[in-house]
Amino acid sequence: MSRFIIRRLIWTIPVILFISIVTFLLVHAVPGGPFDTEKPRPAEIQANLMKHYGLDQPLWKQYTDYMGFTRNPSGDYAGILQWDFGPSITQRSRTVNEIFAAHLPVSATLGVAALLIAVGVGVPLGIIASLKQNSAWDYLSMALAIVGVSVPSIVIGPILILVFALTLGWLPVAGWGSFKHILMPSLALGLSSSAIIARLTRASMLQVIREDYIRTARAKGLSEKVVIVRHALKNAFIPVATVLGPMFAALVTGTFVIEQIFAIPGLGKYFISSITNRDYSVVMGTTLLYALFLVASNLFVDVTYAFLDPRIQFE
Amino acid sequence: MTKQESAARALASGRADAQGLNSENQQKVTNLWQDAIYRLTRNRAAVLGLILIVLLVLMSAFAHVVAPMHFTAGDAALNNAVPLWLTKVMPGHMETYTQISDIYPLGADYLGRDLLSRVIYGTRVSLPVGFVGALTALLIGLIYGSVSGYYGGKVDNIMMRIVDIMYAFPTMLLIILMMAFFKSSFSGAATPGTLAYEFNRINKVVDSLLGLQSGGMLFIFIGIGLTAWMGIARLARGQILSLKEKEFILASHMIGARDGRIIWRHILPNIIGPILVSVTLAIPGYISTEVFLSFIGLGVDPPAPSWGAMISDGAKALRSYPHQVLLPALFLAVTMFAFNFLGDGLRDALDPRMRGTK
Repeated sequence: MSRFIIRRLIWTIPVILFISIVTFLLVHAVPGGPFDTEKPRPAEIQANLMKHYGLDQPLWKQYTDYMGFTRNPSGDYAGILQWDFGPSITQRSRTVNEIFAAHLPVSATLGVAALLIAVGVGVPLGIIASLKQNSAWDYLSMALAIVGVSVPSIVIGPILILVFALTLGWLPVAGWGSFKHILMPSLALGLSSSAIIARLTRASMLQVIREDYIRTARAKGLSEKVVIVRHALKNAFIPVATVLGPMFAALVTGTFVIEQIFAIPGLGKYFISSITNRDYSVVMGTTLLYALFLVASNLFVDVTYAFLDPRIQFE
Repeated sequence: MTKQESAARALASGRADAQGLNSENQQKVTNLWQDAIYRLTRNRAAVLGLILIVLLVLMSAFAHVVAPMHFTAGDAALNNAVPLWLTKVMPGHMETYTQISDIYPLGADYLGRDLLSRVIYGTRVSLPVGFVGALTALLIGLIYGSVSGYYGGKVDNIMMRIVDIMYAFPTMLLIILMMAFFKSSFSGAATPGTLAYEFNRINKVVDSLLGLQSGGMLFIFIGIGLTAWMGIARLARGQILSLKEKEFILASHMIGARDGRIIWRHILPNIIGPILVSVTLAIPGYISTEVFLSFIGLGVDPPAPSWGAMISDGAKALRSYPHQVLLPALFLAVTMFAFNFLGDGLRDALDPRMRGTK
């Protein structure tokens, strides 16, 4: 098991390297720079600015400096390797680390809340549908599931605002800060994921329930609750766990639109504005951070397999 | 299928035999594709989805006939105008603050352009994105997956590691980065002979083929196509890995068939079912990707009408003019429903375990 984890951790190194190189090349391939203004600056000032941020260096050197492989012009190793994401180029007084510290918790809270809704709604819905197959419950939950899959968060968001904030007045229209603020955006984000989870849970429960060991569990007189939760659900959860990893990363990264609709001060806004402003270090930082999230959550999912199904072993 | 129906079907095929049609005909009835089509047409939701898709395709093809106006036409003085009947239907007291004008069947947007026409023309953005995305994903994914699965061993290992790396890329971020790159380096490139110029020229051709003035659709196609093929590649590879050990593949090797022929004639027809299903179910994803991109301003260039951009514009005045969001949202949701219904129906119809049941 630990060998498996170590091997997977080593594998993340080329993955992160590849992502950093592609992102770096892409952002630098976009014409224009962070200091382009409508009124051109004097060439000396422009040159000094470029020098201050190390943008006068050759491209490969900028990359290795940023990653922390080589000494930057001021003679330090200060890069990703040292967990230093560099200074934001367009927001003079802030470092990327500070931007993360201020805004990542917001996006992460929203992502986790959405994931909780996705699992909390999706799994019970799927179980009910599978236990009462072809009943009204089954049809209702599957109808809900197809609505959830088909109606994207960009549509659900405004409708929720319209109903719960503008018409009923129960929740604040937008903003961030209290529990009430989290409800609508996380629902808008989590609903489609909950639909995917509900369908997966149903399909996989329907398969597991017909297994011999479920019959054995029933035969030895276990209560129905124990049979379903401990024996059936634990096994049926494996395909669900598979999608949870990328889903979590998608929920955390896919919040741009929701953050914009609900005026939430998360990271999404910085990612988009940094691209239009050519704020190279912020673009690199957010992309790498999200990639790390994705890699870590996938690893976590793989490890949970072994817990869910002892038959799965990693050599 | 009910008992009577199956009885009737058995009777019908029996009668065909009695009429002297040979057993070849009977084999046709149980042929996978005919069986699948039969089961698909029994599935009401799938048929509804198919009808909706056909209607949407017709609507986009004949948008210039169906839509009351061109998507850029309008009167800026009548911005946010609302027809009288709508003020009575919508909540609040719209009539107290808005201009009333019955020129527009469903009102005008913030620039005084007809909402309905723009939503109808919006199918010319969303549907091509869905179909081209699916086609590109299918083409790249199928070729990549087939090669990887068929040759196996080291080739397979390397190719699948590449897919793994691509999977670790946050897709949405990659698309956003690519769109930013395309938009600023390609559009507006004016020096003939350069790559950017050629891209831009093709882009203009694509836009004018779709009847959009300045969509930048090619870039969206490329962005989505390049990030959408990995799932198909994995699926195709997995299917081929299990298929290539089968006796009939060995047999074709024995009679000296070339690799290309074996892949094309013997393997592809056997794996196309699940791949078709997964592509159909992926189409809503491509459509919503474009909507997301246009929402944040990195998708279709205005004035081309994208539902995402319309939702974004409308959301700014959600309290005053909720219909400006609801209309494109409704079209988007209906389109997504249609593809999901059809995809689900296809999956059930092509599932070998379901054969002969319904």
